[in-house]
Amino acid sequence: MIKEKVEELSNIIKKISKKELNLMEFCGTHTHEIFKYGIRQLLPKNIQLLSGPGCPVCVTSQRDIDYLITLVYEENFGVITFGDLVNVPGSNSSLNKLRLKGKEIKVVYSPLESVKIAKENKNKNYILVGIGFETTAPNIAYTILKAEEEKLKNLFFLSLHKLTPPAMKAILDMGEIKIDGIIGPGHVSTIIGRKGWLDVFNNYRIPIVITGFKPVEILYGLYKLIELLEKNEIDVFNAYESSVLEDGNKKALEMMYQVFEIDDAEWRGLGILKNSGLKIKENFKNLDIKNYYNFNVETKEIPNCKCGEVLRGIIKPINCPLFGKICTPTNPIGPCMVSSEGACSAYYIYGGKNE
Amino acid sequence: MSEEISLYHGNGGEGTKELINEILNNLDNDILNKLTDSAVLDLKDKLAFTTDSYVISPQFFNGGDIGKLSVYGTVNDLVVCGAKPLFLSLSFVIEEGFLFSDFKKILISIKEASIECEVKIVTGDTKVVEKGKGDKIFINTSGIGIIENENRNLIDRKIKEGDLVIINGGIGEHGITVMLERLGIKIDENIKSDLAPLDKLVLPLLDKFKGIKFLRDPTRGGIATILNEIATKFNFEIEIWEDEIPIKNWVKDASNILGIDPLYIANEGKVLIVVDKNEANDVLELIKQNELGLESKIIGEIKKEGRRVFLKTEIGTRRIVDTLKRDILPRIC
Repeated sequence: MIKEKVEELSNIIKKISKKELNLMEFCGTHTHEIFKYGIRQLLPKNIQLLSGPGCPVCVTSQRDIDYLITLVYEENFGVITFGDLVNVPGSNSSLNKLRLKGKEIKVVYSPLESVKIAKENKNKNYILVGIGFETTAPNIAYTILKAEEEKLKNLFFLSLHKLTPPAMKAILDMGEIKIDGIIGPGHVSTIIGRKGWLDVFNNYRIPIVITGFKPVEILYGLYKLIELLEKNEIDVFNAYESSVLEDGNKKALEMMYQVFEIDDAEWRGLGILKNSGLKIKENFKNLDIKNYYNFNVETKEIPNCKCGEVLRGIIKPINCPLFGKICTPTNPIGPCMVSSEGACSAYYIYGGKNE
Repeated sequence: MSEEISLYHGNGGEGTKELINEILNNLDNDILNKLTDSAVLDLKDKLAFTTDSYVISPQFFNGGDIGKLSVYGTVNDLVVCGAKPLFLSLSFVIEEGFLFSDFKKILISIKEASIECEVKIVTGDTKVVEKGKGDKIFINTSGIGIIENENRNLIDRKIKEGDLVIINGGIGEHGITVMLERLGIKIDENIKSDLAPLDKLVLPLLDKFKGIKFLRDPTRGGIATILNEIATKFNFEIEIWEDEIPIKNWVKDASNILGIDPLYIANEGKVLIVVDKNEANDVLELIKQNELGLESKIIGEIKKEGRRVFLKTEIGTRRIVDTLKRDILPRIC
């Protein structure tokens, strides 16, 4: 049944699609699923899909990784965090390499685990690294409220949270590449709602279609986006109505802004973007690690790594001189190869290296 | 009786005796009871010999525990080589502080599993290490089996283009269960490891079908890893069909949420069978009569010469299935 649906959508797209179009999928999960399902094989040649900066691990700045590594090294903090972040190379090391040297680096799935860990190990100071976009920030906010409630003295938070619409704007502002339409991130939109994209839309007058993650949903989103562009119409269209509401998840947003406030943030590949991150509010500053350690770290750029260009959609991973040669998922040099959501990793693992 | 195992149980004296007595109470047999430094075995046929260490956390999970795993895992390694498992060695490395009651539970599991698989534990060892020097309990088992007849000897068989790949049921159940438990996600009783011994499923198949070319249990690294090993070993391309690969809904859903690919997730009661296409349907019919094979499917085909594995996706596209390149970690969003 899925096969028929997919075929039908693929045929409609091929029928209506005439223009040469560059469509950017903002979200790393889209990048991953598009490769995993071979969605490109179902699209006409005139449709180019560009991978955007929507992979939280990929856009984490080297400075932030180095900052953490310094705290582990010099102050012996334990670090609690998520997924692939532990493998992102900093200037000289990565969290995982520190773990191999006996430092306490824990990967959890639920941030609330951090409260448990801190309670069970009162003699050790921990940092929970909050990473991710609007989707994960409310969970970290909840954890901060819990830590406050429990009056924990040994659990601190580092917020590396980032907001998606400002990054989208930044890429459109840079104007390095022609982007005709945006495949809007489904998960993020469940929190910020369709409404969350109106500002980008009003400023840039470019069609955005909020899209789900199953193959049929991705193709449906692409169909709606291509249809708008072929008809010369613009809109923020919600093609993921099963999960995304107009106003998003109000409760999650409330909690997020109870704990965080908007601040500038540094993105790998994009630099410091105005109002693109979340910092912990003054009320919770006793839990904010930046309140205790606010030093600058010297970072060394990774020579020849083109993650920045990949994240901005200017080059495809295969055009990076390191790709597949010295930078592979087993030995990643840049973060886009580290994360399973990263464009380089998806290209490598799902066969894009042979394109 | 002590509540927790401590270094005292590793000192070679009374404490160690306490541990060993507990083992003997559960696993006694004519060979082990002799308590000689080596087990002396009387064997004539062609032997298969294997070893594996079990380091799973949590030690108790839905569908099994480290004790059952340490018997079935080694039994399965013998069975997929056509060997009937006969004898196991059993070694524990226990971290100080491990509960004696949990140790007993594990021994009972080992006892039940070894009775089920008709294997004798014939030699063993215990060591206790300081707190922090281990992860509660590690078990090593080695196994000896015999290849009873030429039908069960798979060593020189070659696969060829057109051979088919069969699996005896849903993929990823063990790995996903353990991962969910490790992440502290509450699970219901339907979500459980597929941990099971394969002897009664596999050995009768070999007796009956000479067209079986290759067998392997897709444990760590999942079916993707084993299929890549087969492709490289025999120098053939393999194509598998997503539509046909059995997978329970909960495995699919959890994999989606965690952002991991079930093709790479460990199984503990599954076997991949490469069989001549002329015998594939008969093999399938026979496995389906076994409780462990109810959901068996033909999931793929050996293609032309090459070394890669391809997946025909459920939406009709085709992509490479590479070997595992990194640790499996849940995604961030």
